[in-house]
Amino acid sequence: MRGLLQRLLRRAERRLPALTRYRRPESLPIELHRRRIYIVPTGFGLGFSVLLLVMLVGALNYANNAGLLLTCLLGAASAASMLVAFRSLDGLRLAHIRAGHAIAGQPLELALAFDSSRPRNAIRVDLGCSTTAFALDGHATTEVKLALLTTQRGWQPLPRLRVWSNWPLGLFRAWSWLHPEQSVLVWPRPETAGPPPRAPAEDASHMRLHRGDELAALRDYRSGDPQRHIAWKASARHTNLLVKDFEQPQSRPQWQLDWRLLGGLDHEARIARLARWVNEAQARRSQYSLWLPGNEIASGSGPLHHARCMNALAQLP
Amino acid sequence: MTPAPRGKSPERPIDARTFDLLGLTMALVLGLHAPHMPWWLVVALALILGWRWWQRRHRAGRVPGWLKLPLLALLTLAVIVQYGSIFGREPGAALAVGLLVLKLLETETSRDVRVGISFACFALMAALLFDQGLVASVVVALGLLPALATLRALEPGQLPAASLPRTLLPALALAAAALPLALLAFLLVPRLSSPLWGAPSPNQARTGLSDSMTPGNFTDLLTDDHPAMRVSFDGAPPPAEQRYFRAYVMWNFDGRAWRYFDPRHASPQEPVPVEAAGAIQYQISLQPTHQRVLPVLDVPLQAPPRATLQTDREVMADKPVNDPLSYSVRSALRYRLQPSLDERSRRLGLRLPEGFNPRAHALAAQWRQRYGSDDAAIVQAALALFHNGGFRYTLAPAPLGRDSVDDFLFDTREGFCEHYSSAFTVLMRAAGIPARVVTGYQGGYWNKLGSYLLVRYSDAHAWSEVWLAGRGWVRVDPTGAVRPERVTLGAAAAAGNQLAWYRNDWLQGLRNRWDVVNRWWDKGVIGFDALRQRGLLTPFGIRDADTATLGVLLAISGVLFIAIGLAWALWRRQPRAPLRDALRELERKLARKGIVRRPAEGPQHYLSRAARALPGQRDELASLMRSYLELRYAHDEPPTEPLRAFRRAVRDFRIVNVVK
Repeated sequence: MRGLLQRLLRRAERRLPALTRYRRPESLPIELHRRRIYIVPTGFGLGFSVLLLVMLVGALNYANNAGLLLTCLLGAASAASMLVAFRSLDGLRLAHIRAGHAIAGQPLELALAFDSSRPRNAIRVDLGCSTTAFALDGHATTEVKLALLTTQRGWQPLPRLRVWSNWPLGLFRAWSWLHPEQSVLVWPRPETAGPPPRAPAEDASHMRLHRGDELAALRDYRSGDPQRHIAWKASARHTNLLVKDFEQPQSRPQWQLDWRLLGGLDHEARIARLARWVNEAQARRSQYSLWLPGNEIASGSGPLHHARCMNALAQLP
Repeated sequence: MTPAPRGKSPERPIDARTFDLLGLTMALVLGLHAPHMPWWLVVALALILGWRWWQRRHRAGRVPGWLKLPLLALLTLAVIVQYGSIFGREPGAALAVGLLVLKLLETETSRDVRVGISFACFALMAALLFDQGLVASVVVALGLLPALATLRALEPGQLPAASLPRTLLPALALAAAALPLALLAFLLVPRLSSPLWGAPSPNQARTGLSDSMTPGNFTDLLTDDHPAMRVSFDGAPPPAEQRYFRAYVMWNFDGRAWRYFDPRHASPQEPVPVEAAGAIQYQISLQPTHQRVLPVLDVPLQAPPRATLQTDREVMADKPVNDPLSYSVRSALRYRLQPSLDERSRRLGLRLPEGFNPRAHALAAQWRQRYGSDDAAIVQAALALFHNGGFRYTLAPAPLGRDSVDDFLFDTREGFCEHYSSAFTVLMRAAGIPARVVTGYQGGYWNKLGSYLLVRYSDAHAWSEVWLAGRGWVRVDPTGAVRPERVTLGAAAAAGNQLAWYRNDWLQGLRNRWDVVNRWWDKGVIGFDALRQRGLLTPFGIRDADTATLGVLLAISGVLFIAIGLAWALWRRQPRAPLRDALRELERKLARKGIVRRPAEGPQHYLSRAARALPGQRDELASLMRSYLELRYAHDEPPTEPLRAFRRAVRDFRIVNVVK
């Protein structure tokens, strides 16, 4: 049944370009308007109209004018609900999309920012097999969080989203397609286990042992750092606060992750291993640098650095 | 093409708010059907409803099948025991309401709710088959509100809901918006001239007038103050003492009851001749009586369409009146009915059963002896007896024995119109004067607001007609001799304090005034039948609107409404841009001085040019330009306070004519 429906739909799309005109990717923001909102009765709507018909025939047969009036009222309310359904989508605006980070195979969080000049209820967005319902209060922008399934690293274009609503009575379904011309970057999936990076042969000065109470380095302030660790003098010379980092009980090697050193592996395995190392280094909060063909990232640490390295890995050909 | 999302989230249990609204709908349906269901079934269903509501508040979940199935069987059994069948209007309605309440037991998903609400809508309409009065119809229409609100509550992802009553408001707004279209459809949907299948035989809720009269059997009728009919006159209404509406003329007396049955009915005869003066034209809208008789003002000159004039100028419809019926009649208030009496009628008008009421016979013989052949004097003697003989008007008289007229005349001496007219007629016949009993309505309440006469069942009345040589049949109302108020003011006034507290004067007055609304509803909505619909378009030059015309009209006006609806749906308010509007105003002011903004000119350039052209106001213009640029380009949204200041400055800006 569903297969037949799909075939019919595909056929209709071939024959009627108007159906697909608004399915092509477009740049944001996208505002829904009457030319791109479709509306059909739902199954319940069809059943309800049969019921209305039965009520109509019954009222006419028994010459029951009060019943006829009631049937007409119910029918007119159903017809009005069709317009309300249309209006709940008309003028809806997808302002922008913010994508989170995810490694291939895990869901990526998309935040769709919708806004509208009037309150709207019960709007739903379909992405893949999942549906998210939301409401707009008519003032603030509403962010709708969706989970996008990812399969492989690299740029992944956003799929077509269906935005629809059965508001208010569930008798009619109004829908429209949103196909934002935007891609999200999916990070490579790190290998599950493997050797640690080769100990870099560097001069001993990097291998200095630090005691916990000794000043090792200055790093960016992270929320939660005790106030007395802030290096006020050093901070004064920088734009942001710096914190004296004491917690270096062991040596903290500076990892130099290098594409060229992984010659024995194939392309994707190299990327997976580098990704694992980058993650490990990030977990240990060590300094690391990354060399990739065509892209060299200098030594650094912190989430931004991590994201930069992962992005570079994701974008490898 | 990406695979179409199968965007159905798995069925999840409905939330408490939805369930509350659904429960409210069901309770309303049950309440609306309660009047025609056995009380024990209503109580049982209400208990089930309440229990289910309580159960679901504590733990969501379906009621197990071992509880549901026996309940279902019990319900069917109860309906069969009560009505003997599950088919028909009452058993069908009782079964439907019961099933609806049982459906609530297994309602957990939105699909269940939708099925339940659809069914509830049907049950709401079914309630109108029993009572389509104004109040009932309004209550049923209000019953749609929780139903629509339930459907709304099913949709996920809504703004935080308000209190329960406030969730009904959007449904009310939707219904109100739909009302014009609904009314239009109501007017134009072609009515069936004959039902497609057998219409239900309506139960005899109101007895109305009966075609037989036993003294004492009007009591139910005289305490029923539902409207029987409404009469509007062309011209002034007749005076109160002439408002006699004749229904049945009864000749046959068997010692106990008077019957309409007449041997002459076997062969149809021409109505008796009448010499009339002072005809009056009027319309009557009659409530369903399930009988054929149409009450008309004494004495009708011709029958309305689809009715015939019987021998004694009673009007009988061709079919029993099962729906409200309107008819127009002409009657004469001053008349001479059947000036010459044929022998057969004379015999019938004198016939009395053998061996009944000897004392009455003796009294009549005594009168005849005293007054000789003066019939009118005998009539006066009888009326004087009622007036002076210690008779009492009461709606609760003592029961009468075998010789009912004797008992009444000489022992109990209390009763109401039936007793008096029966006794009077028997006395007249015994004295040799042809006489008969006429039943119908007398009096009524004149509604000034609507200019019509409201006649209630409690206005039912019985009087007599005696045949006097040269005058024909003369109406004599012996009740009036006992209690003149009965004739001038009505049964309620005559009965004095015997009526229940809720029928006291001011309340009755209120009810009489409220009847205008009921009449409007009955006339405009309930009585809007196929016939009235065909005449609907007469003001527009279409004399007879047939089904095709109505269909075309319905389609056209439907399209019109769709256009209005679409205009509303597609209408978009222009985003308000007060800053732009203010600049436009400034441009208009400057344009009057010949400083017109060129199509490709920016605001800064334009305003600088203006400042140069009007050197006297250079500073003012420069300041306006600065604030405009600041407002326009320094913010995403212009801040409120400076914007207001700018608009004020533009409004106050006047171009000063400088004499150069």
